[in-house]
Amino acid sequence: MTNLFKTMEINVGPQHPSTHGVLRLILELDGEIIKSCKPVVGYLHRGIEKMAENRSYLQYLPIVDRIDYLGGFFNSYAYCDCIEHLAEIDVPDKAKYIRVLCMELNRIASHLLWLGTFMLDLGASSPLFYCFRDRERILHIFEALTGQRMMYNYFTFGGVRFDIPSDIIDKISVFIEDMPECINDYENIITDNPIFVSRCKSKGILTKKNALQYSITGPNLRASGVNLDFRKSNPYLVYDRLNFDVSSDISGDAFSRYKVRIFELHSSLKIVEQCISFIKNSSDEFLNKSVKPVMLNIDNAEYTSSVESPRGLMSCTVMAGGKNPYRVKWRTGSYYAVQVLPELLINAELADLMAIFGSLDVILPEVDK
Amino acid sequence: MNYLLSIFIDFFANFGIPKEVVYIIFPIIPFCIVAAALILVVLVLVLVERKILALFTQRKGPNRVGFCGILQTVADAVKLLCKENIEPNVTDRILFSLAPIIAFVPVMVCWGIIPFSSEFDFISISVSSLLFAVIAVIPVIGVILAGYSSNNKYSLIGSVRSAVQVISYELPIMFVILSVSILASSLNIKDIILSQTSMYQVCGWYIFPCFLGFVILFVSSLAELNRCPFDLPEAESELVAGYNTEYSGMRFALFFLGEYAMLFVSSAFITALFFGGFLSPFGFYISEKIFNNNVLAQIGIYFEQAFWFFIKSFLIVFLIMWVRAVLPRLKSSDLLKFSWRILLPLSILNFIYICLFKYIVMIGGLK
Repeated sequence: MTNLFKTMEINVGPQHPSTHGVLRLILELDGEIIKSCKPVVGYLHRGIEKMAENRSYLQYLPIVDRIDYLGGFFNSYAYCDCIEHLAEIDVPDKAKYIRVLCMELNRIASHLLWLGTFMLDLGASSPLFYCFRDRERILHIFEALTGQRMMYNYFTFGGVRFDIPSDIIDKISVFIEDMPECINDYENIITDNPIFVSRCKSKGILTKKNALQYSITGPNLRASGVNLDFRKSNPYLVYDRLNFDVSSDISGDAFSRYKVRIFELHSSLKIVEQCISFIKNSSDEFLNKSVKPVMLNIDNAEYTSSVESPRGLMSCTVMAGGKNPYRVKWRTGSYYAVQVLPELLINAELADLMAIFGSLDVILPEVDK
Repeated sequence: MNYLLSIFIDFFANFGIPKEVVYIIFPIIPFCIVAAALILVVLVLVLVERKILALFTQRKGPNRVGFCGILQTVADAVKLLCKENIEPNVTDRILFSLAPIIAFVPVMVCWGIIPFSSEFDFISISVSSLLFAVIAVIPVIGVILAGYSSNNKYSLIGSVRSAVQVISYELPIMFVILSVSILASSLNIKDIILSQTSMYQVCGWYIFPCFLGFVILFVSSLAELNRCPFDLPEAESELVAGYNTEYSGMRFALFFLGEYAMLFVSSAFITALFFGGFLSPFGFYISEKIFNNNVLAQIGIYFEQAFWFFIKSFLIVFLIMWVRAVLPRLKSSDLLKFSWRILLPLSILNFIYICLFKYIVMIGGLK
């Protein structure tokens, strides 16, 4: 008789098609209702923080791209910003604009990948291809600009490695002209779809209180009614000179997280447009050539730099210790999103797992580091 | 069928083979035709699906094996046949091997029930539409057995979902079949098709009086076929591959084959009920006009009828694939709500409406 009321323990991951990497969730199921959830992380731990300690500042730079592989520019910017502050390096205006341009394009690429895989988790296969089609155009631009599709190693201390050629600027302006129509296409196929809405509306509600307690940041926090965007609240680079909107929503469910991200696509396009018009007319240097990155020697000092990455606040703390960092600490948004997962999943259905987990936009290499 | 049989008897009588032997041998021939046609259709269908999905997502689809990739499915099939049959350690071995067979064989029977032309109905009984509906459920037993016997939690959840799905979608299907058979005053699929003949050609099809019924049957068939948006039992993002997670090689191929064959058979069934089955949409057959010879004309008509049947069925298949390209997956609780709160009441309403319609038509002496 007791067997009848026993719950079933099911192990989702670490090798599972929709845990986006190697997250392992130990779920306790009662029928299809999730009674408890225990995330197990660490399958992708590469010791990225430890690696810094026996490398010079420049040698560590290519590694940081691998922390969040979908937002490589954000990682390298956070790290470069730290070193620039510690070594008191000036960055030319044009380089700042190029950095913003790259980061916003990267944000679009990252959100597109999120949108595609999120829809795939919900069982719709077509949006994935549409999103990848457009993401591919961004990756082509990045490849032409930096030589790499994902691990760019483009930002460096004092600016960026190469100047941005005019044909790439043309490519980008064509892209931002086409993109709004593509986003409309996604919205037509997704936002108005009753099945999508019924699977996301009021699923995985992240209350404002919970979001703040678990220090959720980024689109997930903004979907819960806290209008906090580091680009607005502590404008770094040239964000204070740019005109853009930040969206927020109050319901905090999977659907509002989707809406916030779709809005961010639009606002990122707007930022890219402004950057392009500045870069076109600028005669600045793209790199502070007085910097000798190989010889960099910084006395004991500490600095934390924060970036609004696609997955929330990403901050890098560097404690300098002479020729190499004494300690580097990364704070990444996904780590906190995984922590709140058990809270959101209780009494949800197994089918909701994918809608909830997918909507949080967790990237596992960023969690495990 | 009798006409064909008599041709065969005459044909074999030329070689001195007695009538009784032909009676015994005769069923083997249609069976071979049915089996061969089914395998062929599945091979085409898998490729067509991949090509159509590719079209919807602006890709090329398979384009390496053979001309424009037409041999892709053959290559896949050969690969599956050559693969090792991996079996998990702790399974119910008998059921584990039996499940794919149970999932596949009934599809063959269903395929035999469908008349492709006015003579090719291999299993001809008076209640063939009901027989179809009953046999079409049996593959689900295979699915449930597969999930139960693989000793895998994902498979088990998938198969339970499948059972839930079938229970909730059988009733609407039955109501639709009943309402169509009331329109045709027959439960035999061939009679249903023939009663859709009309002097206004296409206007005689039952899609016109019974459009609601078509929608209900279409949606329910999607659920019965485990097709998107009702592909819960094998939701790959939640349950890895659902009930067939543990299957590989030939056993997996059987599930796969059964699924695609059932996709086509169900489309054929919908065609028969609502789109005039093998009837030509223009009301005449070309063979009638070009062949003077009576037998040749007759055989030409059979082939033309089969042609129309396949064309119409493929259009339905296209519709199903279109749905797959666009929609995300429903949740099982939403599916139950949809079935019991919307589909079932609608199908009962449709049934009542069709009864009234038939009554008025009979009183008015229309048609």
